[in-house]
Amino acid sequence: MGASALPPEVPLVLIGRDGRRSVVQAADDAAQRLGLQAGMAATQAHALVPRLRTYEAEPAADASGLDRLALWALKQYSPVVAADPPDGLVIDASGASHLKGGEAAMLVDLTDRLAAAGVRARAAMAGTRGAAHALARYRARPTLVVAGDATGAAVADLPIAALRLSPDLVTGLARMGFERIGELEAQPRAPLALRFGPEVGRRLDQAFGRLFEPITPVAVPERIEARRNFAEPIGAAETIARYIGVLVTDLCFTLENRGLGARRLDLLCHRVDNRIEAVRIGTAKPARDVKRLTRLLGERIETIDPGFGIERMTLSAPIVERLDYRPAATSLSDPALPEVAGLIDTLANRVGADRLYRFAAVESDVPERSIRKIAPLSAPTQGRWPLHWPRPTRLLSPPEAIETLALLPDHPPVHFTWRGIRRRVTRADGPERIHGEWIRSDAEIFAVRDYFQVEDEAGERFWLFRTGDGENPASGSFCWFLHGIFA
Amino acid sequence: MFRLMESRSQAAIDTLRARIRAIEAGARTSRGVLPFGIEAIDEVLPEGGLALGALHEVAGGGAGAIDGAAAALFAAGIVARSPGPVLWCVTRPDLFAPALGQAGLDPDRFIYAEAGDDKTVLACFEEGLRHGGLGGVVAEVARLPTTASRRLQLAAETSGTLGIALRRWRRQTEAADFGQPTAAVTRWRISALPSTALPVPGIGRARWLVELIRCRAGECAEFVLEASDEEGRLAVPADLADRSAASRNGRLRASA
Repeated sequence: MGASALPPEVPLVLIGRDGRRSVVQAADDAAQRLGLQAGMAATQAHALVPRLRTYEAEPAADASGLDRLALWALKQYSPVVAADPPDGLVIDASGASHLKGGEAAMLVDLTDRLAAAGVRARAAMAGTRGAAHALARYRARPTLVVAGDATGAAVADLPIAALRLSPDLVTGLARMGFERIGELEAQPRAPLALRFGPEVGRRLDQAFGRLFEPITPVAVPERIEARRNFAEPIGAAETIARYIGVLVTDLCFTLENRGLGARRLDLLCHRVDNRIEAVRIGTAKPARDVKRLTRLLGERIETIDPGFGIERMTLSAPIVERLDYRPAATSLSDPALPEVAGLIDTLANRVGADRLYRFAAVESDVPERSIRKIAPLSAPTQGRWPLHWPRPTRLLSPPEAIETLALLPDHPPVHFTWRGIRRRVTRADGPERIHGEWIRSDAEIFAVRDYFQVEDEAGERFWLFRTGDGENPASGSFCWFLHGIFA
Repeated sequence: MFRLMESRSQAAIDTLRARIRAIEAGARTSRGVLPFGIEAIDEVLPEGGLALGALHEVAGGGAGAIDGAAAALFAAGIVARSPGPVLWCVTRPDLFAPALGQAGLDPDRFIYAEAGDDKTVLACFEEGLRHGGLGGVVAEVARLPTTASRRLQLAAETSGTLGIALRRWRRQTEAADFGQPTAAVTRWRISALPSTALPVPGIGRARWLVELIRCRAGECAEFVLEASDEEGRLAVPADLADRSAASRNGRLRASA
């Protein structure tokens, strides 16, 4: 949109054709506040809001935009992504959410990134495509994860309109007095089918997981991939492992010819019953090492459920980067140590890339803010923590409240009680005064923490602080906390 | 006469031990040792240092069994002395990196892996040991079953990487688990001791009781040490420096 973008306060609607009528297809926030909504006749909208901006709806452009979004999500999140017109994406997250640190974290990441791009999105994850579709539109605020076995209960409470039925069917069902999906589910199926056709039963079964609904992934143009079709469906883990080796070899050959390395690999196993089992692995640096990539994929074989057999396997590299040749060893006498990148990939695929990190120093006196996590293979950092004030080996997060007896304003406690154990302080050092960072927020202008390092009778050392300077109540509440344990 | 026999039998025992080690090692070669640089400790350990390519266990004593603060710094001090990056696997991410920095350890060398449970920690631990490109691997685990420890020990032997299982429990009662047999080569317990009073108000250098509870082909021992300084070195406290040799002799005599 760029510079041509309109100010958000001007109401705007898109007008499209519905048969011979001209209707509002979509309305923005400002227009919705004025009472306009999709489905309204265009003339009525004009009558209600005099200075309304209207544009012609372009369904084809919308669909291609949604496809582009699906391609983006395919690279970022999961090997199986499809556009769900007119306004959604459907993502099969099984076998891929581990790279984003779990399902909930993946949804938050997805909505955050879309928000940063100016798209307000809601996302839900559930056991079935139908349920996720319904929950995303009716329950997600803005994200929601429902466990596989709780899907039925979560869907039962939603209105009928969430079932992806045609508007006529929804009106018809409403006329019969059905409001919630649960009520419809409790009805005998035959009379429903007789009156409304098979569609209602099919959508119910899809939402509750009794009927499988395949997701056909969006087609990626010019993707580097290798595939194998099997005359006889395969199912044994050893066979799958063997063909993973074959596919990786093929793919790496192609990558090498083009001077590329893979950052993501997607293995799709098309089963005979039309399901797709997907495995995605990520690497920290571009790679085309057959042995290493085979091993990374091989570790996830146990997550593939072959069912009645796999008839086709596809291995593709959705994200590739340039990878040039490098000399293997620099010296003859010193055998080169194996590269750590391989280990990082193995671990990242096991625990999640965001749970593998190094710590780097941040210039901040507030202890919690003095560290930040960086990727394990980042370049060496320059900043170091100052040495003149002691810092504990273990930092409690959040600090735990303790009961103390201490003299104001700047004496260490005489004794304190933490987790039900009372300790007498024999030696103490402090206070180290840490001021709030007024640059960050106004609330911290006067905030003060006084830190003390204390040793109890057994020789164990703790890091305590008092909020406030002990004199001015504006600087804090004078409560005591335990923030860390020294070695 | 008695002394001569003793020294001769000592020599025989040493030869036997060397042969047993050779048999146990099979095709594996010794990976050498990592000396502590403190004479009192290095004397007790076979070959004069902590064996590389082996699994070692470290736990905190007392409240340290739960927070493992001193044990963590002790382990960090060990792995920091071998070259290469260090992998640190945890379930509870509460290690505060500035403290390691103050103990003279380079934060760029420490890579942390945060796993959901003990099982995953052990898997990452083994992966790190097997890799061979690391200077050391530290894993904070509560339970260390014998089978798992044997796997870890084998992985460490094949790659030559130093592995430290930092035992850390949720409750004090669970710490009794530390007595269970494992395949670890050495087992250490680090507890805090009251530090020496300074002539002025304040806190001096922390003091640890370092107990070597188990040592394959070696004897148990205990040391009173001063905690890591800003260059990561442990030290024998000044007021004990003269006495420690005598007390060690005394213990050896008692155990003979």
